[in-house]
Amino acid sequence: MASLTIRNLNKTFGSVAVLKGIDLEVETGEFVVLVGPSGCGKSTLLAMIAGLESVSAGEIRIGERIVNGVAPKDRDIAMVFQSYALYPTMTVRANITFGMESRGVPKQAQAEALARVAALLQIQGLLDRKPSQLSGGQRQRVAMGRALVRDPALFLFDEPLSNLDAKLRVEMRTEIKKLYQRLGQTTIYVTHDQVEAMTLASRIAVMHQGRLQQFAEPRTVYDRPANMFVAGFIGSPPMNFLPAQISASGPAVLVLEESEGQGTRLPLPDDVAQSAGDGRRVLLGIRPENLTRYDHRWADEKPCLGTIKAPVEIVEPTGAETMAVVRIGSREVIARYEPDAAPAIGETVTLAVDMAKACLFDPATEMLI
Amino acid sequence: MAVEPVTLTSVKAAPNHGRMLRERLATILPQLVLAPSLFATLIYVFVFCGWTIWISLSNSSLLPDYSISGFHHYVELWSNRRWTIAYTNLFLFTSLYVIGATAIGLLLAILIDQRVRAEALWRTIYLYPLAVSFVVTGTVWRWLLSPSTGVERVVHQLGWASFKFDWLVQREMAIYTVVITGIWQASGFVMALFLAGLRSIDPDLVKAAQIDGASMPRIYRRIILPAIGPIFISVLVVLLQFAIKTFDLVIALTGGGPGIATTVPAIYVYDLMFQRGQMAEGAAAAIMILLALSLVLVPYTIWKNWRERREAARG
Ligand SMILES: Nc1ncnc2c1ncn2[C@@H]1O[C@H](COP(=O)(O)OP(=O)(O)OP(=O)(O)O)[C@@H](O)[C@H]1O
Ligand SMILES: [Mg+2]
Repeated sequence: MASLTIRNLNKTFGSVAVLKGIDLEVETGEFVVLVGPSGCGKSTLLAMIAGLESVSAGEIRIGERIVNGVAPKDRDIAMVFQSYALYPTMTVRANITFGMESRGVPKQAQAEALARVAALLQIQGLLDRKPSQLSGGQRQRVAMGRALVRDPALFLFDEPLSNLDAKLRVEMRTEIKKLYQRLGQTTIYVTHDQVEAMTLASRIAVMHQGRLQQFAEPRTVYDRPANMFVAGFIGSPPMNFLPAQISASGPAVLVLEESEGQGTRLPLPDDVAQSAGDGRRVLLGIRPENLTRYDHRWADEKPCLGTIKAPVEIVEPTGAETMAVVRIGSREVIARYEPDAAPAIGETVTLAVDMAKACLFDPATEMLI
Repeated sequence: MAVEPVTLTSVKAAPNHGRMLRERLATILPQLVLAPSLFATLIYVFVFCGWTIWISLSNSSLLPDYSISGFHHYVELWSNRRWTIAYTNLFLFTSLYVIGATAIGLLLAILIDQRVRAEALWRTIYLYPLAVSFVVTGTVWRWLLSPSTGVERVVHQLGWASFKFDWLVQREMAIYTVVITGIWQASGFVMALFLAGLRSIDPDLVKAAQIDGASMPRIYRRIILPAIGPIFISVLVVLLQFAIKTFDLVIALTGGGPGIATTVPAIYVYDLMFQRGQMAEGAAAAIMILLALSLVLVPYTIWKNWRERREAARG
């Protein structure tokens, strides 16, 4: 096991800059998830850590060692590919032992390692099959087995679950989590599924257009997203944004610019108003679960509760909860309801806004205030 | 009330009927279109094969004669020195040609697969020989290899007077010039087949093997080449049947000479049937070629069917 340090890493393909100044410090034993939309450079970053892509500028360290020019096999890493990349003509057994065989590990040790991994992943019954004789989930296990059979400094996963159906994906996600809790290996895990990121990560690195947007614990990324991109990317349905202006004369409030009538006023925690500044124009970011049916009993529990009146346009039941799309000014905003308390289409509802959970963004820079 | 169902069914039945006709037509149309050529092929293969077998058992000489006289032409064939030379040449040529073309084609494919610059240009250059007919290939290489016009003469003119490269006119070595020319012609084609196979390999396999610590030769030997195994078989079959039928290349290059040193079975057949009026023995020789071909093609067909069935069973 080892740590991973990435300093000002850049990657260009021809004239196209794919990674721009990535800085990342992964501590020993951490499970870091790289997440971002398609094409943002996650796989490229992972391939550079693995040594499969060259470094255009910057520095990668595994442990104390700079590995910029080190060949993949000498980096002491193990990787699981999205396509699994199982050797098609070899049996599962040979797939798992191929690496050890290439490194000249004695037969006896190979057999022991194989037995350990096969038991760990429960693939003892599959060892003599070819990859083409396995189901998707079984192939996934074998691909994991090939990585786990060694004791590398770093585990790299490139979207290992994206080829599985939804149910199996959830199962394997749990298994990966269990495995990590057992083995505690330093792991870099790429996904574009933000649920995977939230459930697995000890820290999440959100990427967008070749830049690192935020690198923090899942809770922080969710509650205090560094900018509007992260706010919109993490969480489903995404965070709502409403233009507003801070007013600090008297108790601090936020005045929505596009609401009905003369502008709805929402209470604002004093410290937030102070740090932002009086009269400043902002974008209010509020997650659907903090925008819900108003209940009188909350008045005491939640000190910073505001209300908005808005007409309901669409109602989307999902089972556990019901999403209501309401119109505030020109914007469509998603609110979350208990299924029993769901509103009807066309009804004008009073929504409670939990301003303690609100995020304010600068409209120009899109950064969190 | 009684009338209604009748009108209903008749109204429904009319378009139904039309559609069924069209559907049936659609299913038999391909068969109809294919029938003439299938018929021609059947006649061509089975009738003419049968006819040749018959002739080989008869006493035909200049013209066909349909009275059966037994297997003695086969016996004569195998006691003829010229035929045994032809058959030995065939084995020598076929094995060297197949091994050489496969090895060189594979090597070229692997080199091109390393993402060389101007890849399309290399591919075209290597594929060119295939576009040239056997006769032209043979003629050009005859000039190149002939001591009085080709390489030897050029080297002599450059001043190296003792240089000797006269395989073409040497009894022992002439067959190797046929091998060299054949390999030159076929290896580009083999390269194209292998390159297509190499390109179909998932690049992640190579990356995974690199991380696994395998060297490049080992990656090719253990992972990539086994994965394109079926292409080896196709290449082998195509080359084998090229080799067994070789005729025009040898005619243009050496004319079967010097003497009869580079005779091959196809030349022998042509000679007996159309030059010397020994139709029955020529037919017997042709049947021997057919046997050699079926030794290659029948196992291949069985293997292919078996593979297809296995794949279908697996889904
Ligand atoms: N070999 C290459 N040559 C040129 N451009 C490349 C190359 N490899 C990747 N790119 C570009 O780099 C960008 C990032 O690619 P990358 O595969 O890292 O994205 P990703 O975040 O993994 O996306 P996905 O979620 O779809 O896998 C893409 O715009 C892609 O077009
Ligand atoms: Mg990717």
